[in-house]
Amino acid sequence: MSATASSPLELRDVRGPSALGGGWRRSLELLYLIAATEFKRTYFGTALGYLWSLCRPLLLFAVLLAVFTHVVRLGSSVLHYPVLLLMNIVLFGFFQEGTNTAVGSVLNQEAIVRKTQFPRLVIPMAVVLTSAFNLILNLVVVFIFILAFGVTPMITWLLFPVLLLWLALITAAVSMILSSLYPRFRDVGIIWAVFATALFYATPVLYPVERISGAIGKLVALNPLSPLFELARRWIIDPHAYVNTQPLYVIVPTVLTVGICVSAVWIFNREAPRIAEAL
Amino acid sequence: MSIDAETGVTAVASAPREMSGRPVVIEARDVTKTFRIPHHRIDSLKERATHPFTRQRFRELRALRTISFDVHLGEFFGIVGRNGSGKSTLLKIMASIYRADGGRIRMAGRLAPFIELGVGFNPELTSRENVALNGVLMGLSRQEARCKLDAVLDFAELREFADLKLKNYSSGMMVRLAFAVMVEADADIMLIDEVLAVGDAAFAQKCMDVFRARREAGKTVVLVTHDMATVQSFCDRAMLIHDGEVRYIGDPEEAALRYYRLNFAGDGQQAATGGVPDINARLIGAWLENAAGERVENVEQGERIGFNVIFEARHDLVNPVFGFHFLSADGRIVFGFNRTLELAEGQPDVLEAGRRVRISGSIENRLMPGRYYVSTLISRNRSHGDLALHVLRLLDFMVYGTQPGPGPVSMDADVEATLETS
Repeated sequence: MSATASSPLELRDVRGPSALGGGWRRSLELLYLIAATEFKRTYFGTALGYLWSLCRPLLLFAVLLAVFTHVVRLGSSVLHYPVLLLMNIVLFGFFQEGTNTAVGSVLNQEAIVRKTQFPRLVIPMAVVLTSAFNLILNLVVVFIFILAFGVTPMITWLLFPVLLLWLALITAAVSMILSSLYPRFRDVGIIWAVFATALFYATPVLYPVERISGAIGKLVALNPLSPLFELARRWIIDPHAYVNTQPLYVIVPTVLTVGICVSAVWIFNREAPRIAEAL
Repeated sequence: MSIDAETGVTAVASAPREMSGRPVVIEARDVTKTFRIPHHRIDSLKERATHPFTRQRFRELRALRTISFDVHLGEFFGIVGRNGSGKSTLLKIMASIYRADGGRIRMAGRLAPFIELGVGFNPELTSRENVALNGVLMGLSRQEARCKLDAVLDFAELREFADLKLKNYSSGMMVRLAFAVMVEADADIMLIDEVLAVGDAAFAQKCMDVFRARREAGKTVVLVTHDMATVQSFCDRAMLIHDGEVRYIGDPEEAALRYYRLNFAGDGQQAATGGVPDINARLIGAWLENAAGERVENVEQGERIGFNVIFEARHDLVNPVFGFHFLSADGRIVFGFNRTLELAEGQPDVLEAGRRVRISGSIENRLMPGRYYVSTLISRNRSHGDLALHVLRLLDFMVYGTQPGPGPVSMDADVEATLETS
């Protein structure tokens, strides 16, 4: 008998399925194992695996760079615009890939959900973690570009992990909401795909936030992702970059972020016990 | 519906292994579960938005109503019932896949549910990776799972294929691997749902050997099945569930008998004939004859029934008792009788392995027109209360005639109605 069952005769309540059924340790181990194997599968299965996954952001980067430096001519007036664009695309790409894959994740794992005792939360989180591994690899490339473009390393680079954790938190929270609602409302997937695309333009990814004015500009500034991208720009690329510090534009995104996280936990906890029945 | 002394058949003996003294490891109290099945399922936000005020209407399916039972340490506990009786729902609640609406289940020790073999296997991963993943799923730590890897691969006899992706495995290899994972997970309580349905007879045998070994090692096994042969030969106790209620808990023979009765009685739509157990004795033949001595399928009302049954013993049966029940279509016992071997002076009361016994004769027929069947119960070691067999439906026949009446039998009633002189 294993050490974990040192007192095997102590009766414990069976509480039914939940977000973290089976305890933290088991959930974390499963999370790591699933994300790691999935990651390995994508990158070590094929010789060009990693290069392929890098192709998408790089191609998008090349197209957008061409558009914004030669057609719209926004880029030429922004310091280090190409690397700023690349970094932003990689960061937003993580959010988009993570959430889009997470939407259907619980449904796709139907067999596991319906036939094993599986902590529900692990499923969307594994998707986010896999995307996070991906992000870290991509960021290595981004930093090579940043150095190649002559950006001088700054002490604020050390703050970058804070931003990454922040982004991961939002991504995880949104993934939790989407993946738990999707089994009940199948059009969540379509709605989110459209919404995420809209969000791409409503977030200062392609442009610096100070270039947008008027009502749209205010809307962009209220987006919970905006401060993150503004800070990333200032901390990594241009120490003199504009960051909106008006109280309204600090408080609203913060409240929204906290709201998303709280509702994610609430919705997921509410749905988790019944997900197996809704499938 | 009970099998009692009044029917003249051997009183049902207690379970072969006495378990009640051991500590309880699964305790279920008044577990209920109701599924709400919508008449029209709303599964998009669009529909929600376009019909915001239509209340969803549900049909309530009461899958489980106040189920209570105990399972003791080291017990092999069977849960039987027809399709839709709620047995799988119960298992899923025990396995934390569904949440019970009411009641309470408590368990002691690490639990490994096996609702289906090979769930959670990812075909894109190698068996090495799958084993690690499944081990953690079964509640092992990653370290433990890694340690067990070799044992699993050895048990499955798949060592040389450890680094092959699972999608390249044959289905037989997959089943072996899945089963090996399950065995090596070494849980304190194993919940098993019909996993034996997969694989061939040899595999099923291997499964049962393993379960028995687990039980010998003090592990508790809960098996959901509708294979009565398994229940009768392996379970210490069994529980019969019907319509979400516990109908019987106790002796597996009795549970199997009641299960058969539920199946063969009633609507008759599930007149299963397969799965007749023949572990200790084998049925060679059973038939009815009419008064002229011809074999018949059905008998005429009032005509004496020629009754013939031949068994062959598979093991030595000591002090065997052959009990027969005649049951009506609704599962009620109409009558029954027991027979022991007719022995010469000094002959031991043993039916040796391979010997055949014939039970035959004629039976008075007072049965009303309708459908009847005969089931049998063979027991041995009567004084020890050790049941050897078996519940099986021997015969299924009609009594035809033109004088129907209330109840299953007619009796000679020498009764007249006369006008009383006042």
